[in-house]
Amino acid sequence: MKKKILAAPYLVWMAVFIVVPLIMVAYFALTDNAGKFTIKNISDVGQYANIFVRSIWLSVIATAICLVVAYPVSFLLSRMEKHKQGTMLMIVMLPMWMNFLLRTYAWMTLLGNNGIINHLLGLIGLGPYKLINTSGAVVLGMVYNYLPFMILPLYSVMEKIDKSVLEAASDLGCSSMNVLFKVIVPLSLPGITSGITMVFVPAISTFIISRMLGGGSNLLIGDLIEMQFLGNSYNPNLGAAISLVLMVIILMIMTIMNQFSPDDQVLM
Amino acid sequence: MILKRISRYAALIMAAALAASAFSGCGGSADTSADTEEEEKTAEAQTLTVSDPEYYTKFKDAGISINVYNWGEYISTGAEAGTLDVNSEFTKLTGIKVNYTNYATNEELYAKLKGGGASYDVIIPSDYMISKMIKENMVQPLDFENIPNFKYIMDNFRNMAYDPENSYSVPYTWGTVGIIYDKTMIDLPKDEIDWDLLWNKDYSDQILMFDNPRDAFAIAEIMQGYSINTEDSDELADAARKLTEQKNVVQGYVMDEIFDKMGAGDALIAPYYAGDALTILDENEDLGFVIPKSGTNLFIDAMCIPAGAKQKEAAEMYINFMCEPDVAYANIDYICYSTPHQAAYDMLDEDVKNNPVSYPDQDFISEHTTVFVNLSDKANKQMQDLWTEMKSAQAENENTWLVPIFLILCLGVTIFVLIRRQIKKKKDIF
Repeated sequence: MKKKILAAPYLVWMAVFIVVPLIMVAYFALTDNAGKFTIKNISDVGQYANIFVRSIWLSVIATAICLVVAYPVSFLLSRMEKHKQGTMLMIVMLPMWMNFLLRTYAWMTLLGNNGIINHLLGLIGLGPYKLINTSGAVVLGMVYNYLPFMILPLYSVMEKIDKSVLEAASDLGCSSMNVLFKVIVPLSLPGITSGITMVFVPAISTFIISRMLGGGSNLLIGDLIEMQFLGNSYNPNLGAAISLVLMVIILMIMTIMNQFSPDDQVLM
Repeated sequence: MILKRISRYAALIMAAALAASAFSGCGGSADTSADTEEEEKTAEAQTLTVSDPEYYTKFKDAGISINVYNWGEYISTGAEAGTLDVNSEFTKLTGIKVNYTNYATNEELYAKLKGGGASYDVIIPSDYMISKMIKENMVQPLDFENIPNFKYIMDNFRNMAYDPENSYSVPYTWGTVGIIYDKTMIDLPKDEIDWDLLWNKDYSDQILMFDNPRDAFAIAEIMQGYSINTEDSDELADAARKLTEQKNVVQGYVMDEIFDKMGAGDALIAPYYAGDALTILDENEDLGFVIPKSGTNLFIDAMCIPAGAKQKEAAEMYINFMCEPDVAYANIDYICYSTPHQAAYDMLDEDVKNNPVSYPDQDFISEHTTVFVNLSDKANKQMQDLWTEMKSAQAENENTWLVPIFLILCLGVTIFVLIRRQIKKKKDIF
């Protein structure tokens, strides 16, 4: 009973700011602007299938790159001496101390046609390349912004892998490849799944990254939703329907992800 | 939720970025003698005189406050030495507190008011948004008895198409849309530059375009010889076709990022609003600005009072205050747009008055510019759909492999999951 009381503030918070808005999203998605029930909004989402596919595709790529980059880093981090780990972790977190939009804004100047990167390439006789306003730039923005969300869960899981377990594996004749795939990867699976979730979900729903780095012509689902509210025709019902479809897609993907977790560590 | 919050941050950043640039003031032709002149002028403006001090004392001790919702960087804030901090002067004079907040687009303003939950007393939407709000009863008629300073508004800015009886709005600023271009790279005489420059393949990937459908469609419609207020679905479709054609040469669809990109030389050509263009030109002398001869959109931002305003009379007092010659001058001097206020116009420097960018000659205005009015819901919807379609259309080589690979990936993952489950089940049995 006592425990329940302690959780009350969060439960109230959740009810007011998560559950009620979700119900409102569902309500708007399933009504027309006169408030009558309709499924037209949901079926209208179908015409934006290519935007959905692109969003999922770009966030899958970004998530995969994050995983590939973060995995060795997290492992090295977890094997360092304790006091060094603190410093390194701080360096990983450092970019997050600055506002996400400012960081993305900085990439705009870095990647520009006359930006720093093209300027440096020009010094050694290369380029200029078209870097900004491409889908590659959008993926880069996602990777840059969400990489810490991959490193942190991986690190916290790997930190718990006892050194003696790895030694025992080698002792019993495991090659280093086998240690990786038979011991480290299975033990870090919960970290991998929560890392993937934490990168994939914000990446698929982002809109400001694609606006700033995609030049407005790499529309993602987030942009599409924003356009329904702040675009030429104000259509909250369609906006809500797109959000709802996006939530269902995320739900599906997270369910698939959870199949990989050991049963006692399921996220949802 | 998140969406709103982020866009507000975006507006903040833009505002911060603009603030830095706005200090340098407008002018375009800034010779050194003008500086001292300007200082004298602003020193004058600082000792504010109002036409009827008695009128402003009405709410002196009532302790009320009004909510003013305006565009970012659209009022004199006194940040530059010697200029007027309009809002605090108003509070000093009347005892009415001003809660001042910003928005970045007309649509944001509309969504905020439509969604309810926010109450504003003074808003400053643009022409087409005003007619939309009048139609939807979102603004209320003004009591012009309380706004005697309306007399300063020039005749040709009264009774505009968006508010034919002029009962809902008091014009605040106006301007035109033109093309900003890099004079060093584009070697064309000014009078040869027209909208088709934005379609020119020679400058492929060096062209920026409006990231809002109404302004972008207007340009295409002018080029195709249609009215910028057309609701004809074929004409809209044709304009969209024109914009799709342009997509190949466009580097990006942007709004305020133009300040950065044009300033840094990342792009050579961009359409933009005259007032902001002057600010950009002021910082980079390689840039030029031209109002295309084939015609353009003339926009007017005007002060209105939303239907749900709690302090209507105080709001009217604020609008009247904004029309005080000294205040109107301070504002226009700060934001660089053009003024519909006769007395403020008379106070401007000669070179600003004669600047064809800010104040094109009257014949051009009456013959080649059009003011937006609100489109029907159907036309708006069609425009939005065409716009989304245009923007989400991809280069074909990308599209051919995207979907198949994605499907294969999905299938692969699903099969893997299923097999893995089967194996697990078998293990559990033993």
